[in-house]
Amino acid sequence: MKFTLSWLRDHLETEATLEQILATLNTIGLEVEGVEDRAAALAPFRVAYVVEAEQHPNADRLRALKVDVGDGTLRSVVCGAPNARAGMKGVAALPGAFVPGTGITLKAGEIRGVKSEAMMLSSREMGLGDDHNGIVELPEDAPVGTPYAEYAGLGDPVIEISVTPNRGDALAVRGVARDLAAAGLGTLKPWSPEPLAPAYPTPLEWVIEDPRACIQVLGRAIRGVTNGPSPQWMQDRLTAIGLRPINALVDITNYFTFDLGRPLHVFDVAKVKGRTLTMRLGREGDEYLALNGKTYRPTPEDIVIADEAGVESLAAIIGGESTGCDETTREVFIECALFDPVRIALTGRRHGVHSDARARNERGLDPAAQRAMLEAATRMVMQLCGGEPSTVTEAGAEPAWQREATLRFERIAGLGGSGVPPEAAVNSLERLGFSVLAHDAAEVTVAVPSWRNDIASSRSAYRAGGTELTQEPGIDPARARAAAEGADAVEAECDLLEEVLRLEGLNAIPAVSLPAEGRLPLPSLTPRQSRAALARRVLASRGLQEAVTFGFTARATASFFGETPESLRVENPIAADLDQMRPTPVATLLQAAGRNAARGYPDVSLFEVGASYAAPTPEGQLATAAGLRLGRTPRHWSEAQRAFDALDAKGDALAVLLSLGLSPAALSVTTDAPGYYHPGRSGVLRSGPKLPLARFGELHPRVLSALGIDGPAVAFEVLLDSVPEPKRKNKAAPDLAAFQPVRRDLAFLVDSTVQADALLRAARNAERNLLAEVSLFDRYAGDRLPEGKVSLALEVVLQPRERTLTDAEIEAAIAKIVAAVTKATGATLRG
Amino acid sequence: MADDLDMLRASIEAAIAEAADPRALDAVRVAALGKSGEVTALLKGLGALPPEERKARGAQVNVLKGEIERALENRRVTLEAFALDARLAAERMDVSLPPRPFAPTGPEAGSIHPISRTMEELIALFGAMGFAVAEGPDIEGDWHNFSALNIPEHHPARQDHDTFYLTAPPSAEGGAGRRPVLRTHTSPVQIRTMLTQEPPIRVIVPGRTWRADHDATHSPMFHQVEGLVIGRDIHMGHLKGTLIDFLRAFFGIADLPVRFRSSYFPFTEPSMEVDIGWSRKTGELGQGGDWLEILGSGMVHPKVLANCGLDPRVWQGFAFGMGIERITMLKHGIPDLRPFYEADLRWLRHYATSPLSPFTLHDAA
Repeated sequence: MKFTLSWLRDHLETEATLEQILATLNTIGLEVEGVEDRAAALAPFRVAYVVEAEQHPNADRLRALKVDVGDGTLRSVVCGAPNARAGMKGVAALPGAFVPGTGITLKAGEIRGVKSEAMMLSSREMGLGDDHNGIVELPEDAPVGTPYAEYAGLGDPVIEISVTPNRGDALAVRGVARDLAAAGLGTLKPWSPEPLAPAYPTPLEWVIEDPRACIQVLGRAIRGVTNGPSPQWMQDRLTAIGLRPINALVDITNYFTFDLGRPLHVFDVAKVKGRTLTMRLGREGDEYLALNGKTYRPTPEDIVIADEAGVESLAAIIGGESTGCDETTREVFIECALFDPVRIALTGRRHGVHSDARARNERGLDPAAQRAMLEAATRMVMQLCGGEPSTVTEAGAEPAWQREATLRFERIAGLGGSGVPPEAAVNSLERLGFSVLAHDAAEVTVAVPSWRNDIASSRSAYRAGGTELTQEPGIDPARARAAAEGADAVEAECDLLEEVLRLEGLNAIPAVSLPAEGRLPLPSLTPRQSRAALARRVLASRGLQEAVTFGFTARATASFFGETPESLRVENPIAADLDQMRPTPVATLLQAAGRNAARGYPDVSLFEVGASYAAPTPEGQLATAAGLRLGRTPRHWSEAQRAFDALDAKGDALAVLLSLGLSPAALSVTTDAPGYYHPGRSGVLRSGPKLPLARFGELHPRVLSALGIDGPAVAFEVLLDSVPEPKRKNKAAPDLAAFQPVRRDLAFLVDSTVQADALLRAARNAERNLLAEVSLFDRYAGDRLPEGKVSLALEVVLQPRERTLTDAEIEAAIAKIVAAVTKATGATLRG
Repeated sequence: MADDLDMLRASIEAAIAEAADPRALDAVRVAALGKSGEVTALLKGLGALPPEERKARGAQVNVLKGEIERALENRRVTLEAFALDARLAAERMDVSLPPRPFAPTGPEAGSIHPISRTMEELIALFGAMGFAVAEGPDIEGDWHNFSALNIPEHHPARQDHDTFYLTAPPSAEGGAGRRPVLRTHTSPVQIRTMLTQEPPIRVIVPGRTWRADHDATHSPMFHQVEGLVIGRDIHMGHLKGTLIDFLRAFFGIADLPVRFRSSYFPFTEPSMEVDIGWSRKTGELGQGGDWLEILGSGMVHPKVLANCGLDPRVWQGFAFGMGIERITMLKHGIPDLRPFYEADLRWLRHYATSPLSPFTLHDAA
């Protein structure tokens, strides 16, 4: 919402400076978005009179002028403009002035032997428009020497505020003035247009065909009007706020929209077919050409205004071309209507029309000001265009908007934390237009002014932005009822409290730290919630950079990583390649790694803790710690560089799982990772035989080539939601046996298809009492072994508990382990 | 088509089907379509035919040629797939082997993203004030995201949210009002918390949020932190105290100017926007006389409480929300929003923090 300072002063009697006005607007909730002071840039330019104009002696296209800028000296000016001539008035800049259109600071000089001591300006040079066909020509009565900005009415700063959706009343200069006056910045000027005596019967009648279509509508014609351009002051104000002046009648409706927050519509009576204008809902086949040049097809939910020829406008949103007013209009009909704000909001959204009329209607108009608005509009039309008024036609009735609200003074401190005294609170409300109905030491009851549709709105029959309770159906009925009654009891009071605090100042409320519940707070994260942070630290300390990537990607990309159900497709994507929720963060990490490779950084290790989306339900959005390694290990003198492989990804996943409290012995590996992994170089880490906790492996070459990435790349996903919570119990006492452990290395020859894990598990299970540890320390596959065989070497640690073991006992235990391994895997002990 | 062409096609197609590797397939191609291939010979022979025969025969031979080309291509794709499958089968490795130890140092060391770092700081600072962390799904129903927060379908505020909608299933679960959206703010978790937890409540909700807006200062996915405090006598003074305490600790400026302005949000009343003092010229926080809007807040609206089954005559409290990227950029002087999501290694290394320096209350700011 924009307005100029002088416009505001039309409604507000004030001594306040611009700075004070801006600061107050900010505190009371009418946030200042910007102030444009157009006069500042134009300050050095003066109205000037061209006394003489002669041909330049040395240049065909130039003229030598003598110019009076009002300081008593005639200045010589060389000018190339074709319209420069003696006796004209224009705008001059003197040396030292910055000329915005050229970006140059003017200096006195000489052009081809003639002195030039000033410059005559075009519109473009002043930064006021595109016109550069010649210098600006001003009327003969323009006072020489006056600052041009002052003369042209540009000395008026333009203020832009952002008006929140509840404050329909502040989408009017008068509404802003009222708020400022209430905040103590002056007095609101009176405004009460007297009714005019009609000169003839109205040529058109209103009919409300469906009560849903319109609450109340008034109308009146004015005949004998002349619809030329509107006066300069009105054009200046409209231009200042970014509107294009069209003709007086249209400009008046635009002016009313901003001045009083009252959208009006004007019909050219001669163009209306028949004698009635009908408010009704849209019908099959309705269609009309709107003033914005677009054709709209109203639906049965929309409100339309129709004459005998059909739809003339989408009510309260945008008018029609066929009955609009232009220079030929001799008789005009003013519409002043009140509609259901909710219906207007939905219609506007349905047709995607954003208009100043819609913005005000959907936030609610002043339902009690209908007649006054029509009178004021009639007077302005007669003042600017002449003519005489008809009788008023009307249909519908003023809605029952009247309502009360009560503020218990105890709530000022109880909810507001504020020390504003009751008298001051009542005063604030009165300044805002509330009238006191009852007032005692404990509370005040006020009548809500007609223009504040946001206050106690549930109690009004004209509801703008009104909201309904929408309680969760699962709530116990008695509890839900009490809550609903409670909301009904205190909502209006909250509205009043907000008004009081907004005027009395939020900054005056003493800040109070939250009371502590104890000396030390309880943990802010549950064990389940701390997993994400733990996973981050573990992965980052393993050399992966944490990334944050978008949760959606291109559908084609997502399809390589699993299902792409329709229910996870974004209906209105912001870009075609962001239209599907990712099945796994691996998808977006791989794309991120590819971007790094393309920048010349081919070795990439990234991870992300974020959701994998399997379904739109809360359970279908799985917290995942995913990572991706592309390229090769870091170069280092101590170790040969090599490509990342599946075991690196496994190590990452395993490190996360171990940090979350799982023991390696509880985990097993199966080789059934999803299809985007290399079938032979990937696995699933499970707790016990069943529950999958993580997947890892090399990515499938087909996926890499489809995304244009040079592999190999390895990835992992830890399914954080599936990891069981560690049981909260005290650990058993540690086993600190008093006897020396016995270590033996056992090398087995085994088919290369057998998993090393199978050997470890067999060994572990064979001798549970004595065996403390078993680990794989060597693997050899090569020429010295038979085809298809590998050598796997295990270290076993036996821990005697009661006494030192004899050699025979040791051998027996080892033999038992070897036999178990052989039986389970077919491995044989190497000599 | 002439019998001889049918026979020729059958024999070539049989040869294609038998070709077991790309080399064999190429031999079939040469024998059929090469310089002196059988089909090529037929094409060359057309010239010798009388004109009226030539046209019909020519068309037939060209059809045959096209069919063979397609068959060759199909077989080539199949063979490539076979070859890849064979390669993958041969590449099988024992994934049950223990992984290698891994301890990178220097530039290869990993790091924590600035967003995560800020979230850790938020959790530590609000945790010290007795807040617990609450979470909720990214994909929400519009009841949680809007209606329950006092933003009905027709409300002008709903349009300001630039909501991403997911394709609704034909028979939407829960019927109307549960249309799936990507949550536009973390506020739906207020609703989830009040529906599942008895007051008093003190939670913060750090998380991902989404809006259909993409330019230099907006990302379609970003992060917010929400705060919710419900009790019997929580008032606006507490709201101010909590935010002032947090902002000064987070930015590490003990006398950071904080200003409160009246505002409007459908889910709070009274509502306030909060500004901090800074210098527009230098970007320095805490001095300079300019104000920078940093978050929105207010007392929880009675209807929001009632929608969750809390009686506003008994329970009251405040809520606030702020952008995590915004406060991160301000605190660390990060000029541009977009790189947060680009995973550029150079940017990550520059702005990220070490995994071995977790945030504690002692190193605030």
